Amino acid sequence: MATVSVASSVESRPQPSAPLVPKVKASGLSFYYGAFRALKELDLVVHENCVTALIGPSGCGKSTFLRCFNRMHDLYPGNRYEGEIRLYPDDINLLAPGVDPIEVRMRLSMVFQKPNPFPKSIFENVAYGLRVRGERSGRTLEGKVEAALRDAALWSEVKDRLHQLAFNLSGGQQQRLCIARALATDPELMLFDEPTSSLDPIATASIEELIADLKKKVTILIVTHNMQQAARVSDFTAYMYLGQLIEFGRTDELFIKPKNKQTEDYITGRFG
Amino acid sequence: MFTQAQSPRLAQRRARVLKERAIEMVLFLAALVSVFTTVGIVYILVKESVVFFQQVSIVAFLTDTQWTPLFDDQHFGIMVLLSGTLTSSVVALAIAIPLGTIIAIYLSEFAPFKLREIAKPFLELLAGVPTIVYGFFALLFVTPILQWFYPELPGFNLLSAGIVMGVMIIPYVSSISEDAMRAVPMNLREGSYAMGATRFQTAVKVVVPAAFSGIASAYILGISRAVGETMILAVAAGMQPNLTFNPLEPAATITSYIVQVALGDLPHGSIGYQTIFAAGLTLMLFTFACNIAGHVLRKRFRETY
Repeated sequence: MATVSVASSVESRPQPSAPLVPKVKASGLSFYYGAFRALKELDLVVHENCVTALIGPSGCGKSTFLRCFNRMHDLYPGNRYEGEIRLYPDDINLLAPGVDPIEVRMRLSMVFQKPNPFPKSIFENVAYGLRVRGERSGRTLEGKVEAALRDAALWSEVKDRLHQLAFNLSGGQQQRLCIARALATDPELMLFDEPTSSLDPIATASIEELIADLKKKVTILIVTHNMQQAARVSDFTAYMYLGQLIEFGRTDELFIKPKNKQTEDYITGRFG
Repeated sequence: MFTQAQSPRLAQRRARVLKERAIEMVLFLAALVSVFTTVGIVYILVKESVVFFQQVSIVAFLTDTQWTPLFDDQHFGIMVLLSGTLTSSVVALAIAIPLGTIIAIYLSEFAPFKLREIAKPFLELLAGVPTIVYGFFALLFVTPILQWFYPELPGFNLLSAGIVMGVMIIPYVSSISEDAMRAVPMNLREGSYAMGATRFQTAVKVVVPAAFSGIASAYILGISRAVGETMILAVAAGMQPNLTFNPLEPAATITSYIVQVALGDLPHGSIGYQTIFAAGLTLMLFTFACNIAGHVLRKRFRETY
């Protein structure tokens, strides 16, 4: 039954008409936690202004993969990358030793599993990335904060209390605030790590709608453990299992007629 | 038959309940000891202070600019002692709060794991040094060094005592602040790093504000320690009451005055002897106010992450 509903939600979607331009491309990417090889020779292309979803059972390495893109693994000792992730159009390898992870994170932004607003006001949360980049002009900050909050569909709810603490918002609002924070710095690629897993269905629906909207502005890579969600929001889907990328393709094709038996088993619910 | 089968189990249960009650009583009495001690201290301080204030008016106590209870011409201006306490505490906190905070930030956010494991016990050792040793250290080591820079500095002075007291308080501030900062969840830090922030920006803009309630308690504890410290001041700051806010002068503090009188040969019940209770009450009210302030701060900024 689940497959039927997934398939129907995919079928009704119009195909993206614009030509596909690669935004980031992982090739031969392996990742090690100490001696443990968590990712094995992954290849993946993320196309500009598309939503690409990473699905797979728990522990398959999808979050690990996502965190390679903005070098989050550099924060902890003993981690090691192999292979490359190239960012276009500049054609730079994000994983190259000479590339500063802070520079990488300036251009890619991330939304986490659990909403993680900072202990600051709503305004200061959204302005955080801009301030980190040295923006001082009050007018520029106000303009960009407002634009980001509008893009994150939060402006109307918070415009009268911008200077209240962000903790007073509901879970769904906090997550949209985190999306606004990630949007405010005009990222080239946004990484979403199971952004709705701690939210109720209504908040989830609003975040999904938002993600589908945002792809006009920004390229999106999203990790989700929810296949319906992948089917609803993404244009491309990659199925991962045990640190390997099993199948990658257009979401409609992958969900309706997967080429790989393992993928089929997973999306039909026989496995996973 | 039914009751026969039940009765041995019932007896067992009664024994168990009694045992539980006994244990509960013992724990309760243990807890009561500390409550009684506090109540006892407050009772004695208030009772003896009432005797004192029957002979000296509160206004004179608070406004007189001389403290000479041991002379023929008696004056009881607590401000004289309070000024010494405040000046030495300000010097100590000017050292302990910035250094303690910087050490906490370093240990929590920058130091590699191994270094932290080594450095923290060493720091806490600093808090275990007996204060009399600190006192001699101030008098015989720090004061001569200060005199080398500023030759007119008297042998007893608030500056040297305050500096050493500050060093003593550093571990209290750094240890509690560091615990508070380490309790900040990793996903908050990751959120900041993901925005392109550096380690330093993350520490100062996200971790410190998130841990603020804990850091504030560390500061309050530091203040209480500074105000209540006795031995260092008694040894290194001199014992003469002196209404001054200049740390380069010698001055008695509330605590060092109490030591002086308690060890002296004043007859019990004399007004001179009674002063130490009034001074002690002042000190206790001061630290009590600090603790209340700390409690309010903690509640107000309690973290909800």
